[in-house]
Amino acid sequence: MTAQRPDRRRVLAGAAGTVLAVALRPAGAAPLPRTETTESAIRRFAGTSAIRPGRVTLDLPPLVENGNTVPLSVSVESPMIPADHVRRIGVFNERNPQPNVVTVHLGPEAGRAQVATRIRLADSQRITAIAEMSDGTYWSASADAIVTLAACLEG
Amino acid sequence: MARTLINLPKTAKPGEVVAIKTLLSHPMETGFRPGPDGRILARNIVTEFVCRFEGDEIFRAELFPASSANPYLTFTWVATRSGGFTFTWRGDNGFEQTETAAIAVG
Amino acid sequence: MPRRSTVKPLALVACLLCGPPAGAGDGAPVDRRSGFDQMSPELRAMQRDDTANPGMLAVADGAELWGRPPASGKPSCAGCHGTAEAGMRGVAARYPAWDERTHRPIDLQGRIDQCRRERQGGEPLPHESPDILALTAFVSLQSRGLPIAPPGDTRLEPARAAGRALFARRMGQLGLSCAICHDDHWGRRLGSATIPQGHPTGYPLYRLEWQALGSLQRRLRNCLTGMRAEPFPDGAPDYTALELYLATRAAPLPVETPAIRP
Repeated sequence: MTAQRPDRRRVLAGAAGTVLAVALRPAGAAPLPRTETTESAIRRFAGTSAIRPGRVTLDLPPLVENGNTVPLSVSVESPMIPADHVRRIGVFNERNPQPNVVTVHLGPEAGRAQVATRIRLADSQRITAIAEMSDGTYWSASADAIVTLAACLEG
Repeated sequence: MARTLINLPKTAKPGEVVAIKTLLSHPMETGFRPGPDGRILARNIVTEFVCRFEGDEIFRAELFPASSANPYLTFTWVATRSGGFTFTWRGDNGFEQTETAAIAVG
Repeated sequence: MPRRSTVKPLALVACLLCGPPAGAGDGAPVDRRSGFDQMSPELRAMQRDDTANPGMLAVADGAELWGRPPASGKPSCAGCHGTAEAGMRGVAARYPAWDERTHRPIDLQGRIDQCRRERQGGEPLPHESPDILALTAFVSLQSRGLPIAPPGDTRLEPARAAGRALFARRMGQLGLSCAICHDDHWGRRLGSATIPQGHPTGYPLYRLEWQALGSLQRRLRNCLTGMRAEPFPDGAPDYTALELYLATRAAPLPVETPAIRP
């Protein structure tokens, strides 16, 4: 009765609670139709280029307390010099109504490829960050977030 | 005018990488959410943020309905010389706001 | 969202049925803990950093209102009280307090509105309106880090006792009381959220669910809705009574305004 940090057992209990809540959702509450597939949005960002895993670090809390505001940060291994830097970072979701999360444009004047923002997650899902480098290569990382439901909402 | 909070150091050494943090008061209404009467509320979001130093773009972000209310963005900049930053947010319904900040490098 | 609110009471019942009670309703937690301690490291960091805390947007609005003279031409808040940093330090930690004019307890929002109406010749600021929340947050920020210290004024005792009784009273269709969750089951899970002890340390606070700053009264209405009880009418003395008891129950935890909560 004293543990304040979620230990494994509590996290599991929480996840079970989420499953229960999801199962209890009325059939009419299906996810909203999506405006575009994630794959299509990623292709609009990266064209036909290969996207390789690596060089990108994506941080977001694994257990999200409220999907309205989820802290997200992305960093990319890069010297950030004119000859070798990150040009863009695109972040994509799987289960929001619209697949784009944010796209940032950087250059060597940033010194570091490190950005942070806050995002909305409509549901538990995988988030993917893709970096476009100045040599035209694309690198990516993904992270899963479990979105829990806040208690005692406005009625 | 929407309230903004912009945080960066007042001074920096040449070559130092400084962190810039920005917060803007804005509902970022997604356009996917029903209002109290059950009808979908019209989208009202910020779609673009640009930071310039002495007129040159140093950072730009395209925002979508997946951004939280009161959008928060942090990024970095290598201190080269003293000068002024502008921060511009643009969005739906003609929203546009520009704020300024200065830094002394030396 | 509507689909969530249909789920909430069922999840809540499921939670309370599945776990054995941790206490036997033997009163308020002795080891007081702020809900801050139960948040993820990310949300704690958001609250701690004034350049990242979205509640500071409203605090900045409040600071501007503090110095702006009202349309009546009478002095601004600063005109009488001086800088809030000096004049308002510790004030929020002592509310609700006894109001000599109405002979009733009054909370900080009520006091600020009263001052505005009676001394500044201003229009009443509706409860929960952005301006009153901003001013209350700015005034409360001046007490950040100071222990909550409700006044010992004996005239407050009847209302405090009424608040204590309300806290323990079973209400609503689920037959729950405040105490069942926040005295007996804090630290356990309600659905997937951790139940806090329910100390009002950071109001007005930025609740991620609201995506805005809100008052303790708004939070109490959310609790009542969650219990499937009918919220008290706006401005009902029941809220002030509960606020008084909660302040006593939370003391001496430090003021955190503007706090972040999920």
